[in-house]
Amino acid sequence: MTGVETSEAVEAEQKTSLRVVVNGTAYERVVPVRRLLSDFLRHDLGLTGTHVGCEHGVCGCCTVLVDGRATRSCLTLACQVDGLSLTTIEGVKSADGGLHPVQQALSDCHGLQCGYCTPGFVISILEVLNSPDELDLSEEGVREMISGNLCRCTGYQGIVDAVRQAAVAMGRDGDAGKGAPA
Amino acid sequence: MKPSRFEYFAPESLAEAVALRDAHPGAAVLAGGQSLLPIMNFRLGRPEQVIDLRKASELAFVRVQNDVVEVGAMTRQRDLERDEGAARANPLIAESLRLVAHAVIRNRGTVGGSIAHADPAAELPALLSCLDGSVEVAGVRGRRRISAGELFVFHLTTSLEPNEVITSVSFPALEPSWGWSFLEVTRRHGDFALAGVCAALKLDGDRCVGQVRLAACGIGTTPVRLSTAEEALLSRPLTEKALREAGRAAAGYVTAGDETQASTAYRRQLVEALVRRSLLRAAARLERRTS
Repeated sequence: MTGVETSEAVEAEQKTSLRVVVNGTAYERVVPVRRLLSDFLRHDLGLTGTHVGCEHGVCGCCTVLVDGRATRSCLTLACQVDGLSLTTIEGVKSADGGLHPVQQALSDCHGLQCGYCTPGFVISILEVLNSPDELDLSEEGVREMISGNLCRCTGYQGIVDAVRQAAVAMGRDGDAGKGAPA
Repeated sequence: MKPSRFEYFAPESLAEAVALRDAHPGAAVLAGGQSLLPIMNFRLGRPEQVIDLRKASELAFVRVQNDVVEVGAMTRQRDLERDEGAARANPLIAESLRLVAHAVIRNRGTVGGSIAHADPAAELPALLSCLDGSVEVAGVRGRRRISAGELFVFHLTTSLEPNEVITSVSFPALEPSWGWSFLEVTRRHGDFALAGVCAALKLDGDRCVGQVRLAACGIGTTPVRLSTAEEALLSRPLTEKALREAGRAAAGYVTAGDETQASTAYRRQLVEALVRRSLLRAAARLERRTS
């Protein structure tokens, strides 16, 4: 990796055409190859529900689903998801179009205040509750589950409660008693 | 906070990737991007070319044969963590992976990427050192194998030639007669370890240490094999005295300087404690596996 001099190839911004399906809608756009997926969603597609916090993978605000797997969109180039299917917070809802159980639970349990981190939390929690992995819904297990997302308002307790409520609502509470306060 | 301009390649095969690597020795190889993208976002690195391996699907596999778990370089860490064959052959692999950042990072982060990045605080390089594993690399002149001991040279530096690419990472299996443990201390869950210790242990008939492997992360310029601590344990039962001597020997390997997160003295204490805890945990698991 060299720094200062710039080759001719780099002087001209290289662009690429990419096709993605986001929340069930197919898009085709021509973007610079260095466009981050987070900026692609926000600037090129106008989907501003995906928030950008730290831009180095620590805060979790920009988390989206790529082919069903939670992914930091700030640590992904848009061209890396060419041909793939994404879900952003705009695509999260219940069967009847209202709030998804994860969103409802966050609302019920005071799991958000300013809401900046919330889209990232919803996506991260959604992936875990939809995954085939065994769930650990103990206090410690849930805190580990959400450890990749930072919230500066709530102190997390409401979010932990919301994860448990959502797990029950989604029929994933087989382990709910484990380690839970009586 | 955004990458600087670069030329982008997405080769369809390993052969094509190797040819590109040869043509552009200063290029950055993009695997999962979970370490490279932060570096580029902060412009700590400004590669003129990026070679993205996402289309080289021949590099994503997990094979267990001949007592070796061979993992394709582009295998996502999360896929290896969930691989039942790998877990049966070597349970220390999944234990180590669960300490790597957060699940969301492991969804995209690759096994080859973490090894090639060679962060001395990272878990997978320490695991590879502990197990005496190796990597296979490909270059225009063909393939070769590099042992863990020869691979890690310095902070973020391996012995790969600038025109070589890691194709697979081989972790030797751990038979049921081995106990195992990876423990670390972090400020917050998912952070880089202030120090971590990876241990594998085999006891003989007299409950004395027959074979032992210890490696540490977060304490120096590379993952560190704790050889003198291993030697201090051989042919002895895991008594308080043996554990203390091994811990002290391990603490001698700490070279990381004082920094805001931890002083050198604190890291020495951590390594001493982690060696002791990891050995006891490995022995307790051995007990359960063999009883």
